[in-house]
Amino acid sequence: MNKPESEQDQKKQQTEHKQQNTTLIKKLVLAVFAMFGFGFALVPLYNVFCDVTGLNGKTNSTAAEYTADGIDTSRNIRVQFISHVTSGMPWKFYPITEEVTVHPGEIKLVKFYAKNNANKEIVGQAVPSISPGTAHSYFQKIECFCFNQQPLKAHQEVEMAVQFYIDADLPKDITTVTLSYTLFNVTEAVKASVIAKN
Amino acid sequence: MSTDVLTDHQAEHEDHDLHHEKMKGIKRWLYTTNHKDIGTLYLWFSFIMFLTGGALAMVIRMELFQPGLQIVEPDFFNQLTTVHGLIMVFGAIMPAFVGLANWMLPMMIGAPDMALPRLNNWSFWILPFAFAILLSSFFMESGAPNFGWTFYAPLSTTYSNGSTAFFVFAVHIMGISSIMGAINIVVTIMNLRAPGMTYMKMPLFVWTFFITAYLLIAVMPVLAGVVTMVLTDTYFGTSFFSAAGGGDPVMFQHIFWFFGHPEVYIMILPAFGVVSTTIPTFSRKKLFGYSSMVYATSSIALLSFIVWAHHMFTTGMPLAGELFFMYCTMLIAVPTGVKVFNWMATMWRGSLSFETPMLFSIAFVILFTIGGFSGLMLAMTPVDFQYHDTYFVVAHFHYVLVTGSLFSIYAGAYYWLPKWTGHMFNDTLSKWHFWCSLISVNVLFFPMHFLGLAGMPRRIPDYALQFADFNKIVSIGGFAFGLSQLIFLVIVIKCIRGGEKAPAKPWDGAEGLEWTVPSPAPYHTFSTPPKID
Repeated sequence: MNKPESEQDQKKQQTEHKQQNTTLIKKLVLAVFAMFGFGFALVPLYNVFCDVTGLNGKTNSTAAEYTADGIDTSRNIRVQFISHVTSGMPWKFYPITEEVTVHPGEIKLVKFYAKNNANKEIVGQAVPSISPGTAHSYFQKIECFCFNQQPLKAHQEVEMAVQFYIDADLPKDITTVTLSYTLFNVTEAVKASVIAKN
Repeated sequence: MSTDVLTDHQAEHEDHDLHHEKMKGIKRWLYTTNHKDIGTLYLWFSFIMFLTGGALAMVIRMELFQPGLQIVEPDFFNQLTTVHGLIMVFGAIMPAFVGLANWMLPMMIGAPDMALPRLNNWSFWILPFAFAILLSSFFMESGAPNFGWTFYAPLSTTYSNGSTAFFVFAVHIMGISSIMGAINIVVTIMNLRAPGMTYMKMPLFVWTFFITAYLLIAVMPVLAGVVTMVLTDTYFGTSFFSAAGGGDPVMFQHIFWFFGHPEVYIMILPAFGVVSTTIPTFSRKKLFGYSSMVYATSSIALLSFIVWAHHMFTTGMPLAGELFFMYCTMLIAVPTGVKVFNWMATMWRGSLSFETPMLFSIAFVILFTIGGFSGLMLAMTPVDFQYHDTYFVVAHFHYVLVTGSLFSIYAGAYYWLPKWTGHMFNDTLSKWHFWCSLISVNVLFFPMHFLGLAGMPRRIPDYALQFADFNKIVSIGGFAFGLSQLIFLVIVIKCIRGGEKAPAKPWDGAEGLEWTVPSPAPYHTFSTPPKID
């Protein structure tokens, strides 16, 4: 056993120890906060990652401009439409045209039917998703009811339009794409944000 | 490591000389900054939580004893499975390991105490509040959280009941406690080792806690982040996980499992440390392949960050993602295999003796390996589509957590009980505890494999008739296992109260600084650091 030789030595050692501890603790606490931040940074990172790879079939959420040069009549692509109404959403909602066949580059317009079955105004938000996910960057919506929230008065019914085209670069192995719309009730959320704004 | 056994006289002298008196009564425990006291608190707390979580499991098994709804409502059943999981993970296994760390780390590295004693006190004493909050939600009108311990969105956001805020704050407190404990462990190991104890001379037990502490620091904040998102999604109108507002529920699973998979290793790496201490002792040989053990543990820790999505194979990942996560997961079998073979090589041609800690350690090696193999099966993407969310998964993680982590904690507890209490434990009773546990745990969890393969889903209060026989067997095993754990309580209480006097080193093959101090370990040890050659 080697005891520190004098009290002075002991004190010196103690202060050294304390300093060592403080720097290490600072680093570790910093790491904790950095990882807490990283947890939140995963949210935008996830979206960027999905955008780049098209993993979860998110299509464009704002209007795309028509940039295709010409129509590729050699290919026929089946485009299917499906709809899904979430629980707590008292609407009838379905595609009027369930399937169309298009050539890449061709602009097509299809309509969806929606009716509010409730006795009060309901605001709906449709969220699109495409399958296979790899087609997400080739399916361009020029106009879509999903770009905006849709308020419907009690028992009001409407036809809502989607205008789209498919890029000619669509991978050759894709012959069918399915566009799915999930309809959510966002009435409460809209009310809350209106109250928050005022 | 050549330090002489301190005589009782010396120990008394040190005790008297350097430190203030112990406080009496409850204040001793409330205000204590002594690593041994805090270790004891952690261990008792985890055992109480283990019995609490176990009681919930007993109700689950009672309900599943027969098909049909017997004694609880489906919603309450979901609350039981959720709180059972949360308590066992955050209340039983993790605090038990922190308790072992508190007791043994300073003594193993020749330090007088943990580096941050007051932080240590705090990190323990916030834990009872966390679990009081969580358990109190059982008495709320809406009941306890019912979305499973994994709290997948939107179950925990859109469809959660009124106690979600309680759940979130309880998890926050548990996380803060773990993070503070982890910081303390890292600082202690890095700054308080006795002179001459280089990193590669540290006992493997110390190494595994060192690596585990880093894992905790890296992932507990992510858990805190994800529960915060759940909180704001539920109560403050954000849409991290709500598709209606532009969020994504699948993202919840990614963030959760980014925490969740390293968390799995947080609960098993210290177990590796414990059995790497006990097996050499009772084999009377040095640990085979010490440095390979260190590197294997580190590589398991690193790999744990890139395998999380194997929990999510059925969420509709692209093939490339599934293959990546499948291969990375299988890669973990390599360092784990290194460890298992090292333990076997340590036992090979050793002069083995089968004291209770060794029995639990050998059972650990065999049964943990079974759990590891079923994990490997789950790692294969194509078959995971069949096994996903079935009782096969339940069997898998109970093999690694009960016969893995829990058995290693028992091995460690029996191994160091003489050091902690100064008495030998009752050998006959401890053998009863071991054999009853070993047999009943297999009756309890092994048939779950078959149930899962036959298609019984997990987290359901009722099931199809063809699963009835196996469920009855599982339940009987469950009750037997639950009762067997009470033997341990009796053993510990008897051991504290008296018994054969334990020498400083009750196991003749044991090595390490903790055996150089008398039994029971004096309140203050290594006030002067020992010299390591």
